[in-house]
Formats: sequence, structure tokens, C-alpha cells
Amino acid sequence: MAEWIEACAADDIDEEDVIRFDHAGRTFAIYRSPDDEYFATDGLCTHEKVHLADGLVMDDVIECPKHNGRFNYKTGQALRAPVCVNLKTYPVKVEAGKVLIQLD
Amino acid sequence: MNERGMVIVGAGECGTRAAFALREEGFAGPITLIGAERHLPYERPPLSKAALAPEPEGMKAIAEAERFAAADIRLLLQTQVVAIDRKAKSVELGDGSRLPYEKLLLATGARPRGLPLAEGSGHCVYLRTHDDAEAIAKRLRPEARIVIIGGGFIGLELAAAARKRGGAVTVLEALPRLLARAVPEEIAAVMTAAHRQNGVDIRCGVSLASFGDEGRGVRVSLQDGAEIAADLCIIGIGAIPNTELAERAGLAVVNGIRVDERLATADPSILAAGDCCSFPLEVYGGRRVRLEAWRNANDQGSLAARNMLSRGEAHAAVPWFWSDQYDLTLQVAGLVDEGKHTVRRDAGEGAFILFHLAADGRLVAASGIGPGNTVARDIRLAEMLIARRAAPPPEKLAAAETKLKSLLAA
Repeated sequence: MAEWIEACAADDIDEEDVIRFDHAGRTFAIYRSPDDEYFATDGLCTHEKVHLADGLVMDDVIECPKHNGRFNYKTGQALRAPVCVNLKTYPVKVEAGKVLIQLD
Repeated sequence: MNERGMVIVGAGECGTRAAFALREEGFAGPITLIGAERHLPYERPPLSKAALAPEPEGMKAIAEAERFAAADIRLLLQTQVVAIDRKAKSVELGDGSRLPYEKLLLATGARPRGLPLAEGSGHCVYLRTHDDAEAIAKRLRPEARIVIIGGGFIGLELAAAARKRGGAVTVLEALPRLLARAVPEEIAAVMTAAHRQNGVDIRCGVSLASFGDEGRGVRVSLQDGAEIAADLCIIGIGAIPNTELAERAGLAVVNGIRVDERLATADPSILAAGDCCSFPLEVYGGRRVRLEAWRNANDQGSLAARNMLSRGEAHAAVPWFWSDQYDLTLQVAGLVDEGKHTVRRDAGEGAFILFHLAADGRLVAASGIGPGNTVARDIRLAEMLIARRAAPPPEKLAAAETKLKSLLAA
């Protein structure tokens, strides 16, 4: 049951940045890449339950604000210790200035 | 005789990271990781926080047994290393057996500094290991009276944890204020206020006179005549590096095992990393430091692994640490005492960051405090500015509307 949910306005997020989006008891991180594309992942780091939206986006990488674990937010791949479990990603589309993410 | 390989003494954050990093860097020979404790290597930061919570989190292993097996890392637990034979390039274990090494990494960590006055008391404890934390957690009952000696990070995180469990908490600090060693006064003041709001009795500038066990607790007497009765006394007055093994092997020890910027001792086959070593910090002109921080242990573990493989890489990281108490997190990047001037940036929700500038305007440290991770991103960006030896305009640092990231690009 693929459901598209409106997460935020496209210009709520700066380029190369991230914001937090909570929905139905879950938390997500929505990213805008330096080349102006949008991505979404689970909101919490897979190492400890820390909100990734407080972290730093550099190119394709989100760095956890607590222990500097890193993920590629486009693929969810874990890149740097202490994280070793990949991050779940979600499909994203932008329509009429709104960022929509597809939840499973 | 075993095949010669990489041997790592100390299975904490640093040693364990080094073992995995050796494999990640492509080393295919034998790796032996030797730890004194009975547990699989585990993370220490939660020991003074989540491990003491009303519903404590269990031990957080750095890696499960399957990952050690998959990486073909031989893990020797409950094992002491008693000597290094530098000529034969082998270590002697507690059972008398010998293990030859190609390269040896000493990641022996640190242990709590003892308080001689408290010796002999059955109610005074220290925190370093998981077993220590478990023993403390059992005694943090809601009706317990807890006295904590030392207003540093360990003491204050313990105070916050003990309050969450409902106990009555007194913190005794010898210096005139809390967190005097590593944190600016403005930030320590916020933390002090949070503790007082949460009902902690904080007494600074006090001198201890004596400890005496009394019934099922301990009575702590101060020089000024005050007495504090407690069910449990937790001592957190700093750590001392575990250097005895290196010393016995004739390696230089100066506030830690002395290493160069590549983490090598004077013996090219022996490296040291993490809490046990003193090393030159390039970003401060080679100032020699010893750091007791999770991030440093992690970074230096990776670096030591690369240099065990003769990469010849110099340590370039900026010191960084954090502390969580109640809903507040403080973070510090760089060494605050390198600064001559301070610029303050307010970040909303009561959070703020202090930028510490050298006389020549270079950013040398940043410290911040706020609820949750409100200051984390800016401290991380400040760390990158420090590493680049940037001298950002003070008015831009002070202005919350100036994104630090834009200063990085400048």
C-alpha cells in the first residue's frame, strides 16, 4: 500500500541540508542535495536513536550529530563507523512546490 | 608458534576500532585483540547515562561475536598482557604463553584515579566498566542518598542519572566551579543551574577531611566541619593512563605513552592510541595532549590501524567531545584554553555557542550547550573551520543568521 504523504514545501529545506518530518508516530529526514534533488530516509540513526536532521549534510552524505556515523542519504548505505546498519530510504517526488514521500 | 601478525592490547573502543579498520584497509594476516574484561567489547559512553536509567539499556556491544568471526579477528577476553619482549617482538600473556607480533598496538586505556582518603570504605565506588555500572545501577534506589566526589563529566552525568532514579544527590567539587578543566564558565553555569533545578546539592570549593563507614552507609566529613551521610559514594576525580606495560618495556611515558603524530612510539613496531597515549596536536603547533574521549579513541584506532600498515599518516583531527545531562547536551570542539577572545552566538531555545579565538583571530575552539542536539551541527562546522585554521570575522560568528557553512566555503 504505497501512500504518498506531503512532507514539507520544497523551499523549507536549504540546498545541501536536511529537516525532520514526523508522521503517524514515525520520524523521517528529508534532504535537499547540492544538485537540488530531494531524498528521504528514516529519521533516526541506526546506531543510537539520534535524529539525523540535527546532523550535517555534505554532498551525498549525512553525518550523525552524536557519533559522526555517516550514511549516503541517496542510497542509505552506512559509510563510517560506528554505524554498520544501512538506513532505510523512501521514494520522493516534488509536485507543485511540495515534497512528497512514499511510505510503505 | 603462532604466525606473526597484528596484536592489539586493549579491547575498548580504540583497540576494537583498530582491529576492524585493519581488515577494512585490506590486511589479510592474523589479528589478535586482547581484552582484560569478560565481556565482548562494548561502548562506554552509555555507562554513565542510559545504563543507569530507570529502565536501563543493556550493554551495547561495539560488534557482536559474528562480526568478529566474519572479520577473522581473534578475540582473547579475560586475558592479561604481562610483558612485551621487544627484541623477540612478542607479548607474554598472563598464562605464560607468548604471542609474536609484526606490529603491536597499545590501546590500554585509562582507569579511575583513586582517592586515598576513601580507601577501606565499603561504600565508595568508581565507574569505568560495565560491571561497575551494573553495581552502581543496583544501588541507585529512589530512597538512596548518593554523594558524588568530583564535579567533572563523570560525576555530573552520574548525578543526573541518580536524580532520574529519585535518589538524593550531593556533588562535592574541590575547585570553585564545576567542569573547570574543559568547559568555559558560561557553559558550566548553565549545567550547574540545571543540576540545582533538578534538586542536586552542589558544593564547590570544598575540601575532604575523612570517610568513615557507618552502619549501611558512609559519612563524608569536610574540612569545614560539615558532614554528609550517604548510602553510596561515587568517586569521579579523573583518570590515569594505563602505561605500566609500556614502561616496563622501556618505552617513554610522559602523561601517557609518548607517541609521535603517527602514533608510533620510539620502537617502530609499537604504536599507542586512545586514552593511554600522549601525542602532539598539529592544529596547535604540536602541543602535546592526552585525550579521554570516545571520538578520539575511535579516530585514533582507525589511524593506528592505517599506520600499522605503514601508511605514515599524521593525526589531524580536532579534539571533540560531548556530555548529556538531563535534556541538555554540551559539545566542545578544540581546546578552549587556546582562546584569547570569545564570541557568543545565540541559537534559540536557550542554546548558545561560544567561539574561542586566538590573539591573531584564528578560531581555535568552540563550545556550546542546548537542549538535545541543538548545537551539534554548528559545533561540527566549527570543528571543520578550526581544522582549516580559519579566522572568520567575529561579527559573522556572532550573527545567528550567518550560516557557518557559508564561512567554510569562504
